[in-house]
Amino acid sequence: MATAHAGRETGTFTVKRGLADMLRGGVIMDVVDAEQAKIAEDAGAVAVMALERVPADIRRDGGVARMSDPALIQGIQQAVTVPVMAKARIGHFAEAQILQALGVDYIDESEVLTPADEAYHIDKWAYVVPFVCGATNLGEALRRISEGAAMIRSKGEAGTGNIVEAVRHLRSITGDIRRITQADSAELYGWAKQLAAPVGLVREIAETGKLPVPLFCAGGIATPADASLVMQLGAEAVFVGSGIFKSDDPARRARAIVEATTHFEDADHVAKVSRGLGEAMRGEELSLLSERLADRGW
Amino acid sequence: MREPAATVGVLALQGDVLEHEAAFDDVGVRTRRVRRPSDLEGIDGLVLPGGESTTLSMLLESSGLFAPVAGGLAAGLAVFGTCAGMILLARRVVDGRPDQRTFGVLDCTVRRNGYGPQRNSFEGGADPASDDLEPALGALPAVFIRAPKVITVGPDVEVLATGGADGAGEPPAPVVLRQGRVLAATFHPELTPDRRLHRLFAAMARPRAAQAGR
Repeated sequence: MATAHAGRETGTFTVKRGLADMLRGGVIMDVVDAEQAKIAEDAGAVAVMALERVPADIRRDGGVARMSDPALIQGIQQAVTVPVMAKARIGHFAEAQILQALGVDYIDESEVLTPADEAYHIDKWAYVVPFVCGATNLGEALRRISEGAAMIRSKGEAGTGNIVEAVRHLRSITGDIRRITQADSAELYGWAKQLAAPVGLVREIAETGKLPVPLFCAGGIATPADASLVMQLGAEAVFVGSGIFKSDDPARRARAIVEATTHFEDADHVAKVSRGLGEAMRGEELSLLSERLADRGW
Repeated sequence: MREPAATVGVLALQGDVLEHEAAFDDVGVRTRRVRRPSDLEGIDGLVLPGGESTTLSMLLESSGLFAPVAGGLAAGLAVFGTCAGMILLARRVVDGRPDQRTFGVLDCTVRRNGYGPQRNSFEGGADPASDDLEPALGALPAVFIRAPKVITVGPDVEVLATGGADGAGEPPAPVVLRQGRVLAATFHPELTPDRRLHRLFAAMARPRAAQAGR
């Protein structure tokens, strides 16, 4: 929703996607309170993501996962100078309205929380605040963009410390983008049908060879090497959830992941920052999970 | 004789590096990504892009770039900062982190995040106040994203453009500043198709051999 006040037009798509552009090459860290937010900012996070519990705890404790308490979000906003993002449940537009009223800088309509609507995602064009959404493949990414998302992240499998799903999602998205650039004009309609996505967006990809919004990676990043891996696979920035605050030494690990994301092509540098970080989060083998969070949303 | 072409370094630690590269490509200037001190060798100008200024200042330190960049600026290396890049150039920063280091080569005070959170980020215009920004072409389109606001400007600083008035009584603020070979904008010219600022910086960053020969 773009609104104009004599000379200032807020909420335009350029402004929404622009903030995502400014976060490129950076690390966005999940935090549950102001204290964690300070640690994240001190370690060089470009933004923090406020949520009620980190995904590993949501997975362990079960129950319904919801938007954070506004008091915690405001405490985080007061504690840091970097952008503050917060999660709303899929389809829960009232939570999104509250987050916008609180002045958060980005809303993550996230499969990590328990979905509120089994048929519809939020109409994200109706907001001044930009949205990021998860995707497992290109069709899902384009459906979210058509609903107004200004940033896409892989879903990965949050809370597992296992990078395999994020790699699958990134490869699926970037692989289909490459294939679309080879398609002729008639085949683009077939792609739109196969992806269940608007043909206009498919055509744009054919012309530019990339998504119309930045593509970030989330879900399972636990080490500096994980960050380097996904950046080399085409992610433009990374989200780290449980990987930091479920490790032995969150401050050092967070800092090392920031360094590895910036210098992802420099293996000497990644090797240097990876040394002696203590134990990473323990992690989960995916075949043993009772529920896949990535299956939420459509 | 043709002037040797300029090469502009773009600090590539974090932020909107690609957009600056594309903008300089539009005006026929070569770019090079700067991630380590050796990347600074032989550049005629340096761009500090948009991004998060706290993260950038930390990464400048850890990559060993802070001291050589500061040395280059002291020796007259041309520099262009947009948004976070401008904060890194400013002498005084209000509402930043206490440990946030800047190069301090632009005599001004900026308030970080001067317009509030992202919901207040906006598109507007920047009105040229100098012939160097080709006023005949009208206002520059200007995208302000969690932008800094210039509060005070020192006597040796030229205000090249003003903008960001809200139409409800808040007057326009300085949005493009120049001091010697330092150019800075509070907004993101690299996000719009207007190339006046990148052209102006390309002229400021002309290879020194060519400048000496003029």
